Amino acid sequence: MAGSGARYAWSIVALVLVALAVPWFLWGSSSVVAGLPVWVWWHIGWMVLTAGVFYAFTRTAWGLGVESRGEVDG
Amino acid sequence: MAETGLQVGIIAAYLLLTLGVGLVAYRLTDRTAEDYFLASRTFGTVVLLFTTFATLLSAFTFFAGPTAAFANGPEWLLVMGLMDGVLFGILWYVVGYKQWLVGRKHGHVTLGEMLGDRFGSRRLRVLVAGISLFWLVPYITLQQQGAGTALAALTGGAVPYWAGAGGVTLFMIVYVALSGMRGVAWTDTLQGIFMLGIVWLAAVWILGAVGGPAAATALLAENAPGHLSLGGGLYTPAYIISTAVSIAFGVTMFPQVNQRFFVAKSSAVIKRTFTLWPVLVLLLFVPAFMLGAWAAGLGVTPNVNGRILPPLLTAYTPGWFAALVIAGAVAAMMSSSDSMLLSGSSYLTRDVYRQVAEGVTERREALVGRVGVVALALVSFVISLFRPATLLQIGETAFGGFAQLALPVAVALYWRGTTRDGILAGVVGSQGFYLASVFVPFVPSSYQLPVAPGLGGWSASVVGMILGLVLTVGVSAVTSPTAEEDASVYERLSAD
Repeated sequence: MAGSGARYAWSIVALVLVALAVPWFLWGSSSVVAGLPVWVWWHIGWMVLTAGVFYAFTRTAWGLGVESRGEVDG
Repeated sequence: MAETGLQVGIIAAYLLLTLGVGLVAYRLTDRTAEDYFLASRTFGTVVLLFTTFATLLSAFTFFAGPTAAFANGPEWLLVMGLMDGVLFGILWYVVGYKQWLVGRKHGHVTLGEMLGDRFGSRRLRVLVAGISLFWLVPYITLQQQGAGTALAALTGGAVPYWAGAGGVTLFMIVYVALSGMRGVAWTDTLQGIFMLGIVWLAAVWILGAVGGPAAATALLAENAPGHLSLGGGLYTPAYIISTAVSIAFGVTMFPQVNQRFFVAKSSAVIKRTFTLWPVLVLLLFVPAFMLGAWAAGLGVTPNVNGRILPPLLTAYTPGWFAALVIAGAVAAMMSSSDSMLLSGSSYLTRDVYRQVAEGVTERREALVGRVGVVALALVSFVISLFRPATLLQIGETAFGGFAQLALPVAVALYWRGTTRDGILAGVVGSQGFYLASVFVPFVPSSYQLPVAPGLGGWSASVVGMILGLVLTVGVSAVTSPTAEEDASVYERLSAD
């Protein structure tokens, strides 16, 4: 991936990761599943997902927006 | 009394182990400034990950964090997730990777140096170093104070406050002054792994005693039902976002973290570290903060210092284990302070001393750097003995102070239209506003958004960050670069 298309796509991915790190839709919820509040499980899942997305970024788009154009390695 | 002896023995053994690691590192250290301050940019993944992580974590993980979870519920998990897991990871790439490329190409060791070079401005360089030291020294004091208080509490006063704080300071002086970045990073790695292990052991031990997480959560639901529901009380949306944003950006400009952007051996190391951030956040904070929250269901009450983890450990684990955890907490404080001393000294040496002294050799600079470590350690220790309220307040608001630097620096890194006047206006304006919000009574420290008052108050730190951004961009747009400025310093970068 290269160019501004990839830049926009990854920026949106980053925004989603930031925006939903807090499960706003569970605000006020106190349901418990398997010993922990559901929102704590969301936090656990979201951190695992974030690590996965970060890994995918390092494999496919590292250097995007930081290194010089045309020199993005894989 | 026998128990106190054992506890002191465990902590002394731990300190000696740290010192030993520092001494081994010293044997490998060259007598040059770049090796002393940056270990010659040779760190691999494990060391970089743990040294940055251990540096980020101060006493908060063991004391303030679990105590906040005890008092208000474990929502701090989400603050940490947003802050250290997601935002810091992204900044690690956007600011950190870029700084690594720039620093490697031009040989920069400090943030002020990197900015001064680009903008051809000694004034900017000294200003950034001065602002950083202003916030840093009182923050180091808080760590020494934390260590002194924790050791006094653990031993029931047998180790007095001054002796605890002084002893920890002395140990740090020895291994930081001797071995520099390599010693600091190696001891950090040891301390980071130790902290992680100890937190999990504590969680397993206590949960085993109360019948597992489901039983602990059921007790919490019975005794403090508000703790299980997301939000409420202290935690408003604006509080969560303000805190996470301010600390995440602040952390990137803290000298000891910012300097770690320069030390990776290769881009592969930065990639792997970047991926592992959220995992490490998960592994450390979930057990630490859930223990604090569960304590509210178990009927444990905080100790005289207002901390929850020590009495929780005393209630469910033997005395030697509590001592190990306190050793872990002291480790957390030391691993932050040692790095801060070293980075503070590098700012003092390179951005201040070398700007006024003529003909300084590499060897001499490394020597002055060591003297700087001792001086900073002693100054912060003396402050920790007298604990003046104003200085403690500076330490407590340090993250916000550093956060003010982040956006002007980020703009400079990416926008070639940034001018020297623009970044000076952004840095001075945002610092001025933030300082006023901390110290001038009629400048508010919290701001409601008129269109959305329901979100709660936004911190002055976030407001100041936006002001810094607007000033940097706005003043740059209406001023022209001077002849000394060179935008190409931050361009044409590649990892190869």
